[in-house]
Amino acid sequence: MTLEARLTRRRSTGFTLDVELAAPAGSTLVLAGESGSGKSTVLRLLAGLERPDAGRIALGGAVWFGATDWLGPGQRDVGWVPQDYALFPHLTVRENVEFGLRARRCTPGEVRRRVGAALERFGLADLAGRHPVELSGGQQQRVALARALVVEPALLLLDEPLAALDLQTRQTVRGELRSLVAGFPGVTVFVTHSPIEAMLFGDRIAVLEQGRVSQSGGREELLTRPRSAYVAQFMGLNLIQGRVLERRPDGVTRVETVDGNVTVAGTEGRGGPELFVAVSPRDITLYRSAPDASAQNLYRGRVLEMVPEPPFGERVRVVLDTHPRLVAEVTRSAVQHLGLGEGQEVYASFKATGAVAYG
Amino acid sequence: MSLGVRTRDTVAAVAVRVALGVAMALLGALLVLPLLALVLRVPLATLAGQLGKRVVVQALVLSLEASLIATLVVVALGLPAAYLLATRQFPGKKVVEVVLDLPMVLPPTVGGLALLLAFGRAGLAGGALQLLGLSIPFTTLAVIVAQAFMAAPFFIGPVRAGIALVDPRVQEVARTLGATESYGFWRVVLPLSLPSIVAGTAMAGARALGEFGATITFAGNLPGVTQTMPLAVYVELQRDLDTAITLSVLLLLLSFGLLLALRAGHPERRR
Repeated sequence: MTLEARLTRRRSTGFTLDVELAAPAGSTLVLAGESGSGKSTVLRLLAGLERPDAGRIALGGAVWFGATDWLGPGQRDVGWVPQDYALFPHLTVRENVEFGLRARRCTPGEVRRRVGAALERFGLADLAGRHPVELSGGQQQRVALARALVVEPALLLLDEPLAALDLQTRQTVRGELRSLVAGFPGVTVFVTHSPIEAMLFGDRIAVLEQGRVSQSGGREELLTRPRSAYVAQFMGLNLIQGRVLERRPDGVTRVETVDGNVTVAGTEGRGGPELFVAVSPRDITLYRSAPDASAQNLYRGRVLEMVPEPPFGERVRVVLDTHPRLVAEVTRSAVQHLGLGEGQEVYASFKATGAVAYG
Repeated sequence: MSLGVRTRDTVAAVAVRVALGVAMALLGALLVLPLLALVLRVPLATLAGQLGKRVVVQALVLSLEASLIATLVVVALGLPAAYLLATRQFPGKKVVEVVLDLPMVLPPTVGGLALLLAFGRAGLAGGALQLLGLSIPFTTLAVIVAQAFMAAPFFIGPVRAGIALVDPRVQEVARTLGATESYGFWRVVLPLSLPSIVAGTAMAGARALGEFGATITFAGNLPGVTQTMPLAVYVELQRDLDTAITLSVLLLLLSFGLLLALRAGHPERRR
């Protein structure tokens, strides 16, 4: 029961979506990206709420959309949980969960049995008689999930399921949602703009930029080998793009960028001249005056901005105007020790072994 | 200096208050005084006799019957129209909307004349109706047609707006859960737009009840057949002022009750 989708959709606004996705049963595919990148549109196309201009959607043996096939949303085996959940405001929790089964004309006995089990499983039994407006954000989310899952879909579409929750409930609900998604036998497509959620939920992550998948891969790959400025920023990494200047026999390679040179201990990948260099902000050391140590990569610049990292208090991201541009992450005691402040001139360095270079 | 500013502020504030007060007083005189005058002139001593008068009873019964049926017709035909207008795009939609709104601003006598020219004996559809053995003008059916014609926009307008306000995502969720369009309409769209449907029904009912110009033009003024309460008021004005006042106050109470029930009847919907 693998999901395979190739989707093209042109909007009259000039926006074009063009993506290819695949995910096996039991796995979660995260679609990550900024608002306007086309994430929600992908879900709407998969749900059958919009029709692609071209492409193909297949789940297992069933073709939902193809050259000659088209299944409407009701004929697809799909559970769609939109942003803010869109619960039926005039129906009770029980009636919300019953909706899909009754629309599919299940017998009253079956409706009662399956809805009862779902309410129990989602911890909603005591809330069955309430209306959505009387529920907390977390409870509303459970109702939306129960409503979508009670019909036992093969594809579960979650559109920013945690975005509507306040920070405190989000952490609790995130844990619950993870075990739920992990136990779901079908394919889950999870849309988010949060790197943490992408890491926690995604077996595979596809990053969308302006309607295209700019990179897709496993957590580890995206976390360490970003291939676009946006992915790097999403993952919180420094990414430098350049060309090989010199490759020594011991593997040490000098990379030329538009903005200064970088030395790395080795390279991986195709071995072509174009390279990405990723440096974790934690591997960058800051000095007030030029260090004596023989750091290969040493850059001078000013502190542009200092941003405390949540949970606040422990670490600070220091944005520099070095060439190439770098962001360092240091402890608060280091900030105090160095007397760092915005506008301050500093030296930043990282070891050749602290950078990952790949083609 | 600051005193001067404050004084000017105070003067401006007082001026606004006076202007608002004068406007309210004038509006009150315009809207409330006539109604008050009507109610104060109710012939209490002879009221029982007035209420028992044949012309009053006939007009009351006919008005209630005709406007009830006209309202049901408006709801039955107007609800699908409102749903289509709220959910579909089609060429010429704007023109259709304006045409549906027209009876609201048209002089009722013009409406009545138009109905006569359409459904009258010599009218556009008159021949076809005659083949069916139907002759509409100057019958109770004509009263109902005239009332429905004039009242329809008062239903379609608010209901259309109410249906358009139903969150499209809620309807989309219903579709992904396997609901057909009609199942989604009955189970989601209708309950969520019910307040506007109730409001539109009451407005259309009140409009039908008060219909005069189109009725007298298209249906005539036959006591017991087409003489509704507004028509009876007009006739009695020249015969017996107390009867006219009694009928008027009855109409006033019916309309007042209808509109009040509409406000009180549906508490703010859960959101």
